Amino acid sequence: MRIGVIAIQGAVSEHVNALERALSERGESIEIVTIKHSGIVPECDALVLPGGESTTLGSLLVREGIADEIKEAAARGMPIMGTCAGLILLAKEGDSQVEKTHQNLLSLMDVRVNRNAFGRQRESFEAELDVSVLDSPYNAVFIRAPAIVKFEDDVKVLSKIDEFVVAAEQGNVLALAFHPELTNDLRLHQYFLDRVFGR
Amino acid sequence: MELEKLRHGTELIKRGFAKMQKGGVIMDVTTPEQAKIAEDAGAVAVMALKSVPSDIRKAGGVARMADPEVTSAIIDTVTIPVMAKARIGHFVEAEILQSLGADMIDESEVLTPADNFYHIDKTEFTVPFVCGARNLGEALRRINEGAAMIRTKGEAGTGDVSEAVTHMKQIMGEIRELKGKNKEELIMVARDIEAPIELVLETAKMERLPVVNFAAGGVATPADAALMMRLGADGVFVGSGIFTAEKPEAMAKAIVEAVNNYDKPEVLAEVSKGIGSGMKGISVSSIPEDQVLQTRGW
Repeated sequence: MRIGVIAIQGAVSEHVNALERALSERGESIEIVTIKHSGIVPECDALVLPGGESTTLGSLLVREGIADEIKEAAARGMPIMGTCAGLILLAKEGDSQVEKTHQNLLSLMDVRVNRNAFGRQRESFEAELDVSVLDSPYNAVFIRAPAIVKFEDDVKVLSKIDEFVVAAEQGNVLALAFHPELTNDLRLHQYFLDRVFGR
Repeated sequence: MELEKLRHGTELIKRGFAKMQKGGVIMDVTTPEQAKIAEDAGAVAVMALKSVPSDIRKAGGVARMADPEVTSAIIDTVTIPVMAKARIGHFVEAEILQSLGADMIDESEVLTPADNFYHIDKTEFTVPFVCGARNLGEALRRINEGAAMIRTKGEAGTGDVSEAVTHMKQIMGEIRELKGKNKEELIMVARDIEAPIELVLETAKMERLPVVNFAAGGVATPADAALMMRLGADGVFVGSGIFTAEKPEAMAKAIVEAVNNYDKPEVLAEVSKGIGSGMKGISVSSIPEDQVLQTRGW
């Protein structure tokens, strides 16, 4: 088995590190590959889209020919986790901020996102979050974070702040508005790995 | 979830912001139009300033924070983060930039220092700071003051990458030298380089700076940017190199692609074609000592 981490830009090594620690907790050792170019996604069994700058990530994913590979992989049912900018890329539509940069979206979830839903960097925050699939609160780090503001019926909401959805899943796709890779709490990486290993 | 329970400006959030910039190119811009060009080219952030370092160098005089009106206009134009420069030690300029909504503040030697002894106490701010450094001691002193990101100083506004190379190799070399040292030897290193012991121990343990480390100062071509990535930079600042080039749009896009393909010479060759001539530049060795920027800061 092999898990791919999209490595165009952003918190790549942090995700690789979190996955390695989560796998070692489970006693599993499988390969983790970082992906900057086309040709590797089809050979993976699961995929992580890290946070970074969504405008940059979106355009380079297209320029490098990775975007179409991700869409095909998702259609085949590959488990995919997107965090922060990754959540934006997974969405079907975005707000005016997403529109004005002609952001390339992968359209893997039937959701609408607001790009900087909570504001600029000075408004970025940490908060104890209730996540429906975890049995106690999760300290989540939101950095110029997006949020889901509209979604179709088959999108399952896992966590909300006020009216903003900050964690959700649809089929094989899991989206988080915050950064599980920046803390030592591996429960959400484990939740993703449960899906990867089918348990 | 009540909004009062949100914690802002923590170390984790500040350093986390810098991590989101990794593998990216941050471009100096002086107008909203330039900011748009940078965003379209794939910049991960823009640095708003009054004039690019090479023009600051030519103009002489006292260089200060950019006009808030221009900074605000740039903030309103792009969706990517906007950074802005404050003078070394000028905490009021930094407060003004924070109130405008700047996402990160560069306490920069490119501007004329406002304090001859002290840097800004960056822990007092909600937004993160980036600071320049030429060696490990300087980098760790800045981190101790609250910097969430370090960049090499290089020699800004020259288009001569040699000083950035020197500073990056110096910092990387000093980190490699920590390896294998025991605690008492590391304490001795901390004394020698005038850095806090805890940060020296943390750096030794992580085998890298505890915060993101970018290259800056003299990067002018796609090959320069790739060189800095090869030397271990987490990303690249490009100052005068883009908007004093013959074709800024082509240069900006090429540098972004170069950073994503820094270890692929055949791709670098391809992206370097037909992008026009780079900035003219000036070699660092020909600059009179009193006009050298990198020695500002302590």
